Amino acid sequence: MKIALCIKQVPDTSDIKWTENNTINREGVESIINPYDVYAIEAALQIKKTIPNTKITVLTMGPQQAVSMLKKTIALGIDDGVLISDKKFAGADTYATGKTISKAIQTAVSDYSMVICGQFAIDGDTAQTGPSIANHLNIPQITFVKEILECNENYVIVKRQADAGLETIKAELPILLCMQMGDFEPTRALIDGYKKAQSAEIKTLTMEDLGLNAEEVGIKGSPTYVSKAFRPIITRNSEKITYSENSAEILKTKLTEYMAGENE
Amino acid sequence: MSENKNEILLYAEVTKEKFIHTVFFELAQKSAELAGKLGDCKISAMLFTAPDRLKDYKDGFLKSGIDKVYVFENEKFQNYNTELYSKLAIELIKEINPKIVLIGATNEGRDLAPRISSALHTGLTADCTDLDINEKGQLAATRPTFGGKLMATILCKTLPQMATVRPKVFKPLKEDILKETDFIVKTPDLSDFKPKTELLEFVKTLEDEINELDSAEIIVAGGKGAGSEAGFEVLREFAKALNGTLGATRGAVDMGIAPKCIQIGQTGKTVRPKIYIACGISGAIQHLVGMQDSDKIIAINTDENAPIFEIADFGIVGDMFKILPELIEILKKN
Ligand SMILES: Cc1cc2nc3c(=O)[nH]c(=O)nc-3n(C[C@H](O)[C@H](O)[C@H](O)COP(=O)(O)OP(=O)(O)OC[C@H]3O[C@@H](n4cnc5c(N)ncnc54)[C@H](O)[C@@H]3O)c2cc1C
Ligand SMILES: Nc1ncnc2c1ncn2[C@@H]1O[C@H](COP(=O)(O)O)[C@@H](O)[C@H]1O
Repeated sequence: MKIALCIKQVPDTSDIKWTENNTINREGVESIINPYDVYAIEAALQIKKTIPNTKITVLTMGPQQAVSMLKKTIALGIDDGVLISDKKFAGADTYATGKTISKAIQTAVSDYSMVICGQFAIDGDTAQTGPSIANHLNIPQITFVKEILECNENYVIVKRQADAGLETIKAELPILLCMQMGDFEPTRALIDGYKKAQSAEIKTLTMEDLGLNAEEVGIKGSPTYVSKAFRPIITRNSEKITYSENSAEILKTKLTEYMAGENE
Repeated sequence: MSENKNEILLYAEVTKEKFIHTVFFELAQKSAELAGKLGDCKISAMLFTAPDRLKDYKDGFLKSGIDKVYVFENEKFQNYNTELYSKLAIELIKEINPKIVLIGATNEGRDLAPRISSALHTGLTADCTDLDINEKGQLAATRPTFGGKLMATILCKTLPQMATVRPKVFKPLKEDILKETDFIVKTPDLSDFKPKTELLEFVKTLEDEINELDSAEIIVAGGKGAGSEAGFEVLREFAKALNGTLGATRGAVDMGIAPKCIQIGQTGKTVRPKIYIACGISGAIQHLVGMQDSDKIIAINTDENAPIFEIADFGIVGDMFKILPELIEILKKN
């Protein structure tokens, strides 16, 4: 069985700092594999362990430097990597991204049975790319997947986090899964894997390779655009004291006052 | 396609307990405001329900200022199914051409919305913290990005303009907005429609704790500053002394000192208690978006520059493990 795995390289958002003139300083910010995608990789590897002859192709849309991330996944046991990269792809929203990635899947893994994504990417946190890919491929999706319970050549059974509990869902293949973070330790690379990764060839697919035109990709092919970006500033009329012996008493008084309420 | 109408369409999600999800009423309240800015704008809802249940929902719609409800009735609508719901929603939207479609950012809504927007080749802004109509009459959807370090206002070139909003981001209906509501019942023939995904089982989890945070008047929330499980015990005791409910940051959850189900913030619960007491919490925006609308916010933090103080009504710069035991003593005495 063939699996297309979609992962994204993201800036480590916990590392991003503000400069004095209210712009984001991305210098020295490390690029990491989107944390949710680690679980997508894990899910794909898990299936490969249970179904012989499974081949996993990892795809990412991003700049040239993302090749190193793809190679890392090959060290973990992923079979093959595809970089979807073109200057024209810049500024794509989730609609255009979904369209571009779906074309790449059809080009590089046309006989896929399953597409696996992460649930969110921490830079955008939209959780829309997976369903968008599924729509463009015209296959169903299951989002918020916590666990794969069973999988064979014909169907998959998964646990899904619904709003009020856990759903068990059975789906015919092909299907797209979006993986939540789970409670397991991610696989570690083996020495053999590193060797394989070093010699692995990563194929690059450009806009032309995908048969798309400039109107359909990147910022032009995106229905949404950012009109304004600003630093979140939320302030209240606050009062601040430094801890001293009677702080607890003062806090108690405040609590009573606030509980009585409505005295703005 | 014909001209898009001045209409805002809302998704009326039905919960497992067969209620209309509260986020729908919050969206209805916000839509009334947006409709006012657009002028001459109708607000409608789409509902998927098993036959004969509409009567249970009618009252809610009549009070929430909805002009029209498109009701899809079928035995198959006992449980949400992506393929089924998105197919009908897409058909409806193509038929009525609304300008704006709003959906609650629950797990169900976040599954459904991108499927609809993508099929309609239109834009969707996820998890908005604010919605407005700009001077050109466009939907201006604001949301945090870059891990909350940045807020972005997003516009959409195509119609309908779509957005999802988490529960409790907007205020609930303040008072009934009474309007004459039309109910347009549709009974689609789905005998030939065989979804490829099938729900085998549903197990309810953690309802109690989730609901408790929803309705709590006082929330005592702990962050990484609590340091350990023992540290969280102090917070639990404090919460008990105040008759409050315990909450946590993702930092604390990731450390393993607090359960995931009490996480507050962008990827957790959004809460709106009377008093929110943040202990050992730095005040990352992803946390703030989940609690910033609390009536009163108190912060205790050793770092006087912690951003949480900017949003607090009252702050104490100090060690929570000094002040809380003292306060617990005082509270116990009274
Ligand atoms: C996509 C995404 C989604 C996220 N969603 C959420 C979310 O839903 N909710 C959420 O909370 N976070 C979320 N985060 C994480 C968020 O960015 C922060 O990392 C997190 O909120 C920090 O938690 P914290 O305040 O407990 O920890 P820290 O930032 O480490 O702060 C700990 C604070 O405790 C103080 N302290 C230490 N010791 C003491 C003491 N003895 N007494 C008093 N104070 C003390 C310190 O001064 C410090 O300010 C998300 C991040 C991303 C990227
Ligand atoms: N540029 C990309 N390349 C490959 N996969 C992506 C890309 N962007 C998003 N994804 C996938 O879609 C998921 C959700 O991303 P997002 O919609 O940005 O929150 C991620 O976890 C990835 O699996």
